[in-house]
Amino acid sequence: MGSRKKKKTTERRKDGTGMQRQGRSECRVVGTALRKVDATAKVTGATRFADDLSLPRMLYAKLLRSPHPHARIIVIDASKARALPGVKAVLTGTDLPIPFGILPVSQDEHALALDKVRFVGDPVAAVAATSEEIATAALDLIDVQYEPLRAFPDAIDAVEHPDPSIHDYADAGNIHKLIDLEFGDVDAGFREADLVREDLFFFEGNTHLPMEQHAAAADWSPGGRLTVWSSTQTPHYVHRALAKVLELPAARIRVIACPNGGGFGGKSDPFSHEIVVAKLAVLTGRPIKITLTREEVFYCHRGRHPTLMWVKTGVKKDGAITGMHFKSLLDGGGYGSYGVASTYYTGALQTVTYPIPRYKFQGARAFTNKPPCGPKRGHGTPQPRFALEVHLDKVAEQLGMDPAELRLRHLVPPNSLTANWLRVGTMGLGRCIEKVVAGSEWKRRFKKLPHGQGIGLACSSYITGAGLPIYWNAMPHSGVQLKCDRGGGVTVFCGSTEIGQGSDSILAMIVAEVLGIDPGHIAVVTGDTDLTPVDLGSYSSRVTLMTGNAAIQAAERARDLIAPHAARKLEVPAERIVFADGRVFDVEQPEHGLGFAEAVQLAEAAEGTVGTVGSYTPPRSAGRYRGSGVGPSPAYSYSACVALVDVDPATGIVRVPKIWIAHDVGRVINAASVMGQIEGSVYMGLGEALMEEMAYRGNRNVVHKIPSLLEYKSPTTLEMCDVVTYVVEDPDPNGPFGAKECGQGPLLPVPPAVANAVYDAVGVRIDEVPITPEKVFKALRRKDKGEEPRFGPTRFPEIPWPEPTRVPPPWEGGDGTAVEQSVGRTVARHA
Amino acid sequence: MGPRSNSRSVGRSHDMLRLPSFRYLRPTTLHEALRMKSDAGPESTYVAGGTDLYPNMKRRQQEPKTVISLMEVPELKATEKRRNDGTVGTVLGASLTLSELSVLPSFRRSYPAVVQAAEFVSTPLLRNMGTLGGNLCLDTRCNYYDQTYEWRKAIDFCMKKDGHICWVAPSSPRCWAVTSSDLAPVMVALGAEYLLAGPVGERVVPAARFYNNDGINYLTKRPDEVLVEVRLPPAAPGAWDAVYHKLRRRGSFDFPVLGVAAWVQWEGEGEGDGNGDRVADARVVLGGVASWPQEIPEAATALRGSSLAPEAIAAAADAAYRPAKPMDNTDFDLSWRKQMTRVYVTRALAELAHRRSTTT
Repeated sequence: MGSRKKKKTTERRKDGTGMQRQGRSECRVVGTALRKVDATAKVTGATRFADDLSLPRMLYAKLLRSPHPHARIIVIDASKARALPGVKAVLTGTDLPIPFGILPVSQDEHALALDKVRFVGDPVAAVAATSEEIATAALDLIDVQYEPLRAFPDAIDAVEHPDPSIHDYADAGNIHKLIDLEFGDVDAGFREADLVREDLFFFEGNTHLPMEQHAAAADWSPGGRLTVWSSTQTPHYVHRALAKVLELPAARIRVIACPNGGGFGGKSDPFSHEIVVAKLAVLTGRPIKITLTREEVFYCHRGRHPTLMWVKTGVKKDGAITGMHFKSLLDGGGYGSYGVASTYYTGALQTVTYPIPRYKFQGARAFTNKPPCGPKRGHGTPQPRFALEVHLDKVAEQLGMDPAELRLRHLVPPNSLTANWLRVGTMGLGRCIEKVVAGSEWKRRFKKLPHGQGIGLACSSYITGAGLPIYWNAMPHSGVQLKCDRGGGVTVFCGSTEIGQGSDSILAMIVAEVLGIDPGHIAVVTGDTDLTPVDLGSYSSRVTLMTGNAAIQAAERARDLIAPHAARKLEVPAERIVFADGRVFDVEQPEHGLGFAEAVQLAEAAEGTVGTVGSYTPPRSAGRYRGSGVGPSPAYSYSACVALVDVDPATGIVRVPKIWIAHDVGRVINAASVMGQIEGSVYMGLGEALMEEMAYRGNRNVVHKIPSLLEYKSPTTLEMCDVVTYVVEDPDPNGPFGAKECGQGPLLPVPPAVANAVYDAVGVRIDEVPITPEKVFKALRRKDKGEEPRFGPTRFPEIPWPEPTRVPPPWEGGDGTAVEQSVGRTVARHA
Repeated sequence: MGPRSNSRSVGRSHDMLRLPSFRYLRPTTLHEALRMKSDAGPESTYVAGGTDLYPNMKRRQQEPKTVISLMEVPELKATEKRRNDGTVGTVLGASLTLSELSVLPSFRRSYPAVVQAAEFVSTPLLRNMGTLGGNLCLDTRCNYYDQTYEWRKAIDFCMKKDGHICWVAPSSPRCWAVTSSDLAPVMVALGAEYLLAGPVGERVVPAARFYNNDGINYLTKRPDEVLVEVRLPPAAPGAWDAVYHKLRRRGSFDFPVLGVAAWVQWEGEGEGDGNGDRVADARVVLGGVASWPQEIPEAATALRGSSLAPEAIAAAADAAYRPAKPMDNTDFDLSWRKQMTRVYVTRALAELAHRRSTTT
């Protein structure tokens, strides 16, 4: 177990930056609740989102989408559309033949379908016209002849039928990706166990549902420079995709990420519409904009993968896990997107909460004929977390243990390595569990509430930024430039993207803290590839940690640059110079000092323009096997959740009046944002738990059943529960001021806590989300008839798993590399 | 959702489906409205609040060239207590908004089921625009039909618009779109009457005869007729009572997947004197399970002469459960919706029984 091998597993920052200010008493900005820097503009309607852009002579683009789930394109005749007055250009697949995709291993998308369509809604042609009405009318004039192919409505169908293949690349038939990882001998673990339990779970797909629909605009300057504005979470990756597909030098392309009206992972891929408007701007020489309809946003999707899961765990009588085998099958939809990473994530983080000495993970992702799945808040981890936490609830019941007690007794120790070589640093799960158990009066309520009322508990963990970038490179993940103006203002330039999560504010607060100035005196310029150094994007809960550390470095360099000049003027040693309250002064005689602006002027007079840079690269991960790139993180956040439910036994309708949630955030930077992120996560988790699902009609051309805000059911204020939030702080050495993530992790425990509470309320297991009234009602009927009181999947299909990659866990020796079992000897295999 | 002229707005936000161009007329008398309709012909339609029509037009489910607003026609704004066959009933103008309905003086006390149903419709913002008449004439709904033009094209359309087949029941000759009005079942249960005005004069029809069990021709109203007002039976505390229960996914915003309107007349000497313990007459009407508000006469039979004891309620609920035939075209799975008929009818009748027991 992790504790057996006491490795020094967390690296302190080599230069110690950020560490000296960790004492709470020293912070004046960090840890307070400040209004976000963009809040006033957002609430007054002044924020300019991508669709608010209007340029002189602007054209409008619309996309023609496939009405077939799977078909070959025979011929496209756009001549009538081109002849329509007002139409300026029509594009089809052959105009943009270079494939792209977010991951280097799955460059399988085309801006417009080249020879095949793979889901209803797949873009086929694009029109640029002088009005949106004309562009829409032109779509109807484009004649596309298709040869329909057999369509695959779900993952099991795709696994069981390799032909016709949806893509010409895959690990097997229509199975996009196959993973088999083994960390120790799980069968030996099961033999040591007092109890071995197997369960099947299904997590339905759902989507991000951001309020802002995707939009993009493009302008091609007469000098031959392209500017693209987009509601994207990842301007850097859009930049790369545009350069590749348009065959333009990256140096001639500027991507500006507009403020996102919600992202949640749905704006993290480079998209067809972004490439199409860029190409149309180049072709027509006129600015052009495209705004997707709500229905089209459902087709962009990249949301939660529907995931079928099987888990087998061995435990001792006291609940200690002796081994775990986890299988997942993901329904990927029509394209790769982040799917390979998503698949790894369904097996990666099981190990960071409760010690698992031997662990085996098998994951498969199938291509199907539906909009592509990708990263949604929690990326690939809410599904296995649901399975694991409900599974453990059943284990606890079988062992006669309180499920809170079972978890508290078996926590991964801080500063340890897991079986799959993840390096856990700070670990506040124990304190989180204690908080929600006390707050919810768990011991008084669990198993003691009247029939129809129940309480359930679940826990989780999430990464604070991925340890590796999406494309291999040795450069920093985040960069910050700082410019100190002689008037006392400071401008922070960073490639990060504000998607409502508060990333702009984090930069202002951190720089304000280090330089001792008012956050209101800081201008933040973000998400612009011409102006800002690269930040990889707003995904994987990486922004606060990575941009925060880069900002600390840049600000401390600015402080170090200014301090000697202030010291000279004040005639005190530079070590005694302190920056606070807008002043630069002698720590031993605080009244002896200068204004910040004056100090900047002294530095500028002596050194020239005052500007610094900072950057951040995560620590090297411990695992060195193929697949070890997914899971490592500079720090893991932890959450515990208790849900109270009311179940109407006559209808199966579940209501959740209250949730208690505790989240180990390491250290709070903006107290208001942290609370908002946790509550927002609970909201989204509740929707996934109770109602949200991407429903398709498999027998009707695999059309999306409900692509609208009205019929895709997401909770309203009336369904939202009361939330009691506990913020647990235990500063992590890798986080800026000790901060870890809080924007995704708190979603994870909500669905399993609700499922466990439903069981406590009415004694039926719903091993599938969403937990809809129909499922509860069916399970209750089964219970009445004396059948198994459960609703959930009943089989996991046969999958042609590859030869496993065997990696001994840290306590069995080895160095994190895979070993190959060749005849009679063990040889190291390179990652 | 305001009407728009056909001028294009340049540089404005376009992040939604666009309305097609249409001519918009605003008559200020009923006579003028009827004349405009007659002039504009079949490619025209009336509109009141527009909360149903305009989204449908954006999805090209309806494509009128002329839209005639009834919101400035004074005859449709009436609210009064009027003598009708020797009794005093309440008259509600069809263009009263749903928000206005729920704040009419003393109306909440006299007709709580009507107010309840009105308040169950959608959200406060939409109730500020949506009208009584609009809800009573609400287009039938189906999740093969309430989709954009492009979506419907992917399934080759359906018989309600542009196609030939009903995807809900492909072998059926008829359309199975569902009545989704909250107020219609209540009006049928109460025995309300509707005043219609057309080019050849006025007529009064009982609410029950205003609807057809056909997803396309779901109203008996002719297209050129205007629903002017709704006449409610006289309020008679203690003599009759009614409730409305609604099943939907969320407590706001959603259309009903099942509505239960139940009305009972208590035995008594006469008007306002319903002191008996027994049910003289009853009506149970279901919304959301057919193309029309479906009256269940067998349920009424089970209730007549009873005192709404649990056995009578169970018999009525069973009677309602059997003919209820939800189809796979709304939210929720259809077998569960059918099961819920029994539960919701039971609960609606139990509420009436409870009210009786606490007021007498």
